[in-house]
Amino acid sequence: MAMKVREPLISELSAPGRRGVRFPESDVPASPMPKDLLRADLPLPEVSEVDVVRHYTRLSHFNHAVDINFYPLGSCTMKYNPKINEAVSRLPGFAHLHPLQPEETAQGALRLMYELQEALQEITGFAACSLQPAAGAHGELTGVHMIWAYHQDRGDTQRNKILVPDSAHGTNPASSAMSGFWVVEIPSDERGNIDLAALKAECDDTVAGLMLTNPNTLGLFEEHLLEVIETVHAAGGLVYGDGANLNALLGIARPGELGFDVMHLNLHKTFATPHGGGGPGSGPVVCAPHLADFLPGPVVVVKEEATDDLPPLYGFRMPPKSIGRVKSFHGHFGVMVKAFAYIMMLGAGGLRQVAEDAVLNANYLRVRLQDAYHIPYNRICMHEFVAEGRWKDAPDVHALDIAKRLMDFGFHPPTNYFPLIVHEALMIEPTETESKETLDAFAEAMLQIAGEAHTNPEVLHSAPHATPFGRVDEVKAAKELILTWE
Amino acid sequence: MFSPLTQADRKAMLEAIGVARVSDLFAAVPEAYRYPPLRLPPPLTEMEVAEELQALSEDNETARDLVSFLGAGAYNHYIPAAVDAILSRGEYYTAYTPYQPEISQGTLQALFEYQSMVCALTGMEVANASHYDGATAVAEAAIMAYHVFRGKRPKVVLSPSLHPHYRETTRTYTQGSPIVFAGDDLPPAAPPEALLDEVDDQTALVMVQYPDFFGRVYDFTALAEEVHARGALFGVAVNPLALGLLKPPGEMGADIVTGEGQPLGIPLSFGGPYVGLFATRKKYVRKMAGRLVGQTVDNRGQRAYVLTLSAREQHIRRERATSNICSNQGLMTLAVAVYLSLLGKEGLRQVAELNYQKAHYAARKLAALPGYELAFPETPFFNEFALRCPGPADEIAAHLLEHDVIPGYPLGEAYGEAFRDVLLVAVTEMNPREEIDLLAEMLGEVH
Ligand SMILES: Cc1ncc(COP(=O)(O)O)c(C=O)c1O
Repeated sequence: MAMKVREPLISELSAPGRRGVRFPESDVPASPMPKDLLRADLPLPEVSEVDVVRHYTRLSHFNHAVDINFYPLGSCTMKYNPKINEAVSRLPGFAHLHPLQPEETAQGALRLMYELQEALQEITGFAACSLQPAAGAHGELTGVHMIWAYHQDRGDTQRNKILVPDSAHGTNPASSAMSGFWVVEIPSDERGNIDLAALKAECDDTVAGLMLTNPNTLGLFEEHLLEVIETVHAAGGLVYGDGANLNALLGIARPGELGFDVMHLNLHKTFATPHGGGGPGSGPVVCAPHLADFLPGPVVVVKEEATDDLPPLYGFRMPPKSIGRVKSFHGHFGVMVKAFAYIMMLGAGGLRQVAEDAVLNANYLRVRLQDAYHIPYNRICMHEFVAEGRWKDAPDVHALDIAKRLMDFGFHPPTNYFPLIVHEALMIEPTETESKETLDAFAEAMLQIAGEAHTNPEVLHSAPHATPFGRVDEVKAAKELILTWE
Repeated sequence: MFSPLTQADRKAMLEAIGVARVSDLFAAVPEAYRYPPLRLPPPLTEMEVAEELQALSEDNETARDLVSFLGAGAYNHYIPAAVDAILSRGEYYTAYTPYQPEISQGTLQALFEYQSMVCALTGMEVANASHYDGATAVAEAAIMAYHVFRGKRPKVVLSPSLHPHYRETTRTYTQGSPIVFAGDDLPPAAPPEALLDEVDDQTALVMVQYPDFFGRVYDFTALAEEVHARGALFGVAVNPLALGLLKPPGEMGADIVTGEGQPLGIPLSFGGPYVGLFATRKKYVRKMAGRLVGQTVDNRGQRAYVLTLSAREQHIRRERATSNICSNQGLMTLAVAVYLSLLGKEGLRQVAELNYQKAHYAARKLAALPGYELAFPETPFFNEFALRCPGPADEIAAHLLEHDVIPGYPLGEAYGEAFRDVLLVAVTEMNPREEIDLLAEMLGEVH
């Protein structure tokens, strides 16, 4: 069967001699070119500007996005991204600033970074912050390295394992392993909390730390949180907080006060910076005083206090026992500007309202769905909850079918198959930026689908129907491995 | 503030849930810690935020307000307007990672095109859907090479002329792992062949930069051959804009090519977000970290794209994954794809040539000034060169800044006393001849 092509590749639009953009002629006398070092051929497309713009605009129509409709993708906090944030991050005074410019020429940017560090510390109850990590997983790697360096610094070098609950995101064990630790998985108990007995059994003098997501990936606040943290501390370990779910805690509780030692934040979740189709994120790390010296750097500090006529002078400083850099330059500054604008607009009251509405929306959806979908740990949840996408009396319907069918109603599906401790998981996170009308429409669609699962499962198996593309053959992709247009 | 719920909605929803107050939803939070007061400035309206951030942005003097020859890993280039027009589309920038291919074909096809163009540029066979930046891509290359040899070759040789941030980042990444490093304690300007002294049967990877941190361009073909003869992989970190002109590392025998993608349509933005390019040979694809898009079909017979080989990744393989990376630089890969499409074969060559010509004009002029000389007069360069000055480069730079000129990046901080007087000067298409002449004039006045 001939393949139908909805939109050619940009290379297929190419015609010899076409140009999208031209540059000025050289205004300097010519120098000879290094003939032996030149490339013979540059196989890039040749297209005009209108070809490029139409091509990528048409492609954009094949995407679902927060700007189009509801995107209840659990764990990802797909909240609305305010447009002013985009505008301010593109201000020429930010966009054209070179990262290695002398500090005195970058005082505006440095002040923004300093104040963002301070605001994030205040919101989370920690003593210090580095804005350098590029994303959540990068923050995890940073935090776990800091834990390693802390123990090394104390001569406590036999600590070689990190405990990770079985409900954790895959990045947690992966980050721990990258830092050279053994990963020990701790089971969850029947209420969805970390199993205290299992935790205690592993808390010996080889434990470097515990990575804990709170609220956890079931959307539940750990019911024995303080005891869990105390247990790890009593064994000499540190507690890492995966901040992916901070949206539920803004103005509600401060992880630093709860006893976490170090934590990353996802500006691209909690602080409304867009996900960009997979990035860029930004994963600042905040920590308690005993870890501050280990932060990656440089971090922004006040180098000279303000005087009567002069503002403070901001500059970079490497923390004294820093684990080192985790990337080039200073982190995703363009993303920081967006998060900073967001915090400025919300203030303390607005942030708390975010958490309250996020939790309210999640609980409302949970009760609207609980009669039609089995919710394994069904109690008051935080910002998200996990339902099962399966029924005993509709044995060949899977979470995946429900996900694909939801697309026909114009909704992005929930997260599938995560957390791993729930069978056929559908992880639903509405966020605070959705109206009751949207939640009701989504609930109606979910209820209709639950009905169809029993009366007309075929419509689920063959879904989606109303999208520009139908189900995609993943097996063929992995078998044929066509990874470029060559 | 960005929540559309009305008080009436909230009341109805609480009733449906069966609780009296919102605070009842937070009963699981230990009471002593509940509702901490946050000392943050009072909230501002959008209009006020726009004004405040405008003012803050104007407290900076940017590479475009000043006359700037600063490079050292991030470059001031022209970005055609169409790049940001596409990046500003909510369909792209407010989407998540394309886990649901049926409603993400826009992102997926754009990524496939990005991968294809990265391969075209570097001369490699496969490219992933990005790392965070040029530094983390090198770190991932080191880890990948270690795993290619199943840990039997723990040594990674880093060229001393690899960007200092790339080397530092790679070391940070591998703290606590068995990987050991060699090479970058050689004299900073050692020629590439000098690295061979460090290459033995314990070596997994030799990593160089092209053009290197000092701007120099070497043909690594012979070096790559010798590295291969000793059983190790050969990696090259590139400035991809230079590849508009220069022989691609794939032709020189590279096994891994990484790069900082910023020069390809991404604003300086005080250091990020940028994008880490990563390409390799097809035989190593299963050892490569990061997301990867492959071509397939949908159930209607349409050509389609999907994330593939995800069994390498953390969400499937957890602690045995090739890397922990999850979110990458999605939107920045779109910038690169749009930029490369707009410029195309001819445009990229033209802009690369402009960079080359202007930098060579500047080098000739500056080296002719009394007391100044090129630090590496015999070695070809692209758009950046090391200039030995008649005094400490940081002092000269501080002096010129008083006249709104940033003459380059003083190398003393990164490379110590021997480079105290050396300035790394980058010249791009954004520097008209008058600026170069002005730089020469001002440097000439220093002594
Ligand atoms: C719970 C949790 N932890 C960590 C991460 C990783 O964050 P990032 O994708 O920014 O690296 C995610 C992202 O989905 C997550 O949901």
